[in-house]
Amino acid sequence: MRHVEVRKGAYVDSVTLMQVSRRVADLDGVDAALVAMTTDLNLELAAGMGFEVPAGTTGNEMLVALAAASEDDLATARDEVEAALAAASRPATTGFGDAPPPLTVRAATRDLDPDGTVALVSTPGQYAFVDALDAVEAGLLTMIFSDNVPVEQEVTLKRRAAETDALVMGPDCGTAVVGGVGLGFANVVRPGPVGIVAASGTGAQHLMSLLDGADVGISHCLGVGGRDLSSAVGGMSTLRALDLLAADPATELVVVISKPPAPEVAQRVRDHAASLGRKVLFGLLGAGQPDLTATAAAVVAAAGGTWKAPQHWAGAVEKVRDSGALRGLFVGGTMRDEASIIATETLGEDQVMVDFGDDELTRGRPHPMIDGSLRVERIEREIDDPACGVLLLDVVLGLGSDPDPAAGLVDAVRRATAAGLPVVTSVVGTRDDPQDLLRQCATLTEAGAAVHLSNAEAAREAVRLVEGATR
Amino acid sequence: MTQLTTPTAVVTAGAELLADAVAAQAVATHRVAWQPPAGDAAALAAVMADRRRRDANERALARMLAAEATLVDVRPASEALGLEPGQFLHAGPPVDWERASGPLRGALIGAMLLEGLADSPEAAEAALASGDGVSWEPCHHRGAVGPMAGVVTPSMWVFELRDAVHGNTSWCSLNEGLGKVLRYGAYGPEVIDRLRWMGDVLGPLLQKAVRAGGPIDVRAIVAQMIQMGDEGHNRNRAGTLMFLREVLPAMIDSGAPTGEVAEAVRFVSANDHFFLNLGMPACKLQTRAAADLPGSSVVTVMARNGTDFGIQVSGTGDQWFTAPANTPEGLYLGSYGPEDANPDIGDSAITETAGIGGMSMATAPAIVRFVGGSVPDALATTQRMYDITVGENPAFAIPILEFRGAPTGIDVTSVVRSGVLPQINTGMAGRVAGTGQVGAGLVTPPMACFTQALDALAAAV
Repeated sequence: MRHVEVRKGAYVDSVTLMQVSRRVADLDGVDAALVAMTTDLNLELAAGMGFEVPAGTTGNEMLVALAAASEDDLATARDEVEAALAAASRPATTGFGDAPPPLTVRAATRDLDPDGTVALVSTPGQYAFVDALDAVEAGLLTMIFSDNVPVEQEVTLKRRAAETDALVMGPDCGTAVVGGVGLGFANVVRPGPVGIVAASGTGAQHLMSLLDGADVGISHCLGVGGRDLSSAVGGMSTLRALDLLAADPATELVVVISKPPAPEVAQRVRDHAASLGRKVLFGLLGAGQPDLTATAAAVVAAAGGTWKAPQHWAGAVEKVRDSGALRGLFVGGTMRDEASIIATETLGEDQVMVDFGDDELTRGRPHPMIDGSLRVERIEREIDDPACGVLLLDVVLGLGSDPDPAAGLVDAVRRATAAGLPVVTSVVGTRDDPQDLLRQCATLTEAGAAVHLSNAEAAREAVRLVEGATR
Repeated sequence: MTQLTTPTAVVTAGAELLADAVAAQAVATHRVAWQPPAGDAAALAAVMADRRRRDANERALARMLAAEATLVDVRPASEALGLEPGQFLHAGPPVDWERASGPLRGALIGAMLLEGLADSPEAAEAALASGDGVSWEPCHHRGAVGPMAGVVTPSMWVFELRDAVHGNTSWCSLNEGLGKVLRYGAYGPEVIDRLRWMGDVLGPLLQKAVRAGGPIDVRAIVAQMIQMGDEGHNRNRAGTLMFLREVLPAMIDSGAPTGEVAEAVRFVSANDHFFLNLGMPACKLQTRAAADLPGSSVVTVMARNGTDFGIQVSGTGDQWFTAPANTPEGLYLGSYGPEDANPDIGDSAITETAGIGGMSMATAPAIVRFVGGSVPDALATTQRMYDITVGENPAFAIPILEFRGAPTGIDVTSVVRSGVLPQINTGMAGRVAGTGQVGAGLVTPPMACFTQALDALAAAV
């Protein structure tokens, strides 16, 4: 029994719809359920699930596609869709004095004090500009989590921010910590002297986690977006973030995390940093540069702390499978890049290293740190592929992330190690993260994975396994 | 923002999960109920990025709030507007006979009869269809406004209102009352007789009163009526009585026969909508003050001719953006039903353009049932309208919302982004020429007017 309908004028965000789909699919007698906006990707997904979608559906409509064992089950599933959608939409409060919820960022910011207010924009990339512009015009610290925002819009926003005393964090800014409050995917860190300017979300998360593990706290972590230090954007947000941190009494030491910037931008940022009267360290991510773990060690030393090597636990399979190669499947872009650099140094350039958080793979669906199912499907395929000799993974904890990512991975890891395929995993997180760092590590090691709190060390172990086999 | 502090509030737009993660840290979240914009994303981005927009819209609002509206005279349209025999004005954007709706056709037929240009409805219709010696254009093209069909003929008397601050003048005919009236498309003998009496007796009497008593501050009456349960479009009861209070002494002193004075007073006080035709030109003066500001996305005209809904926007001057008018939903008189109602008609949406009428529905709980709503709906509607306006008008304060000012300066970008259309309260005309009023209700403009305006603003960046 199948049911396919397209609802016009209905919009619910993709994360909520994923939850609705899951709730319906979990019913007994329901074979498949997809409740999703009609993006190209979701339409393909529906076709892949065997649903026939009416021709001519495009853009912002809602697709409800259900397959069930019987008419009764189908009816139950349809009721469940309605119930789940109703539960997801908070009804507007009306009546005396209670205003309905604001419909634009401008309306929401109208009565707020710009000094204590932060805006967090995560609307689809083609629309995020106008929402962010409202916040920038209001002079707010504006975080743009959305990706796929055109670079010329980024430049416009950052130029405008210079006029309104705003700071644009992003676009594609995954993490920030402002005055102890985590925004986006943020780890729970203790307060301390280190201020971070980050052009890399997962890079910042990893650095913060390593610092927290060495008992060095964070004052603020300001994301600036991966393109900020390109010549097109010219480091506008980095320069502004440096000024804000230099003026901040809690910050004693500043770290800038970025891929190697465009040369003229690098010079401008270094010159500006030198004029601030605060110590500024650079953690550049690239071949020939220190890895994040080494950067963390340097920051700890500069902050007067004591560095100890991040913890790790051995895996159940100590030999690479057959003569297979290294396969890296990541949720963090910087985790992938760092592992890729380390692997390339020893094993050469043709390593398969996939970032499931890449723009191409997140269009129209939630980030893999929220929903890791796409990566799990890939792991299942790698288990059956004799060309795969060792799996290298990352797990990123923190606010906003999957509440229990190890649980989503554990079955696949167990099957892999049972099939003789070694799995090496880095876990990025702090002891205060809601997921419980040590429990996450334990779940993965019990399933047979080797676990490292340093991503670079995880990559090195995977490389050693491959090297051992070829030697 | 000048320094980094622990946030006291986080405004979120997009994934609820990220907002939940902030709320879990005991920080107040202000969540935008976001939805995809109704218009083209590139046009929206271009208009939003236009450096002139913010200042131009602030100026538009400031000019609206500063506009005055003083009744300075009452005189025939031939004098006031220079209408020649055979020239008529009508409501809404331009429309030809072919596409004209029943009520507009009925009103034009009545206009021919009133002006003595035809001796039967059939002859009038034939002349109008052939365009023989007659022409008509929108009231707005002359700075005037007309309720419902909005037909103004040379012999009709009009109120003349002045905004001395911006040097603008606006005009509107005298209100005929409810039921079988010309503005609802009726043209029977009683309609024509009433119009003749208004031209012969009522108009001259009001002229004497205004000239003798001195200019009347109409904006001040609007401000008071908003605090007395009138929203200024479908309820004008307090406004009508306050106006009568202003002119009554001078009418009595005018030396006109007491029978005529009594008849005029009886007519005005029996027509709760008499003040609508003073509120409308006052609103026109307010929105006209905001017109022609390059880069401004503020709506300056919303008007309907019974076929099309048209809007004008400050940054694009007198260009009309039109789309087929919606049909109001509401309650019907007697045995009339939805099939009898004509699509939305009249310049009276100028009241909403200026922030009153449906925009300020919260202030008129007495009539929410009449237009098919409830009191909570009315409160929610007005609060919703603040999402699509540039600001508020403190002069028009709404008591039940803690004297918050009327939502003022409808912004095309906000309408397109939020998907929320301005709320209009309106009367409903019968679809068939000659019927008259069939009900009253609520209606919104078509979104296409706003997306077209957005595209034109983008092209003008």
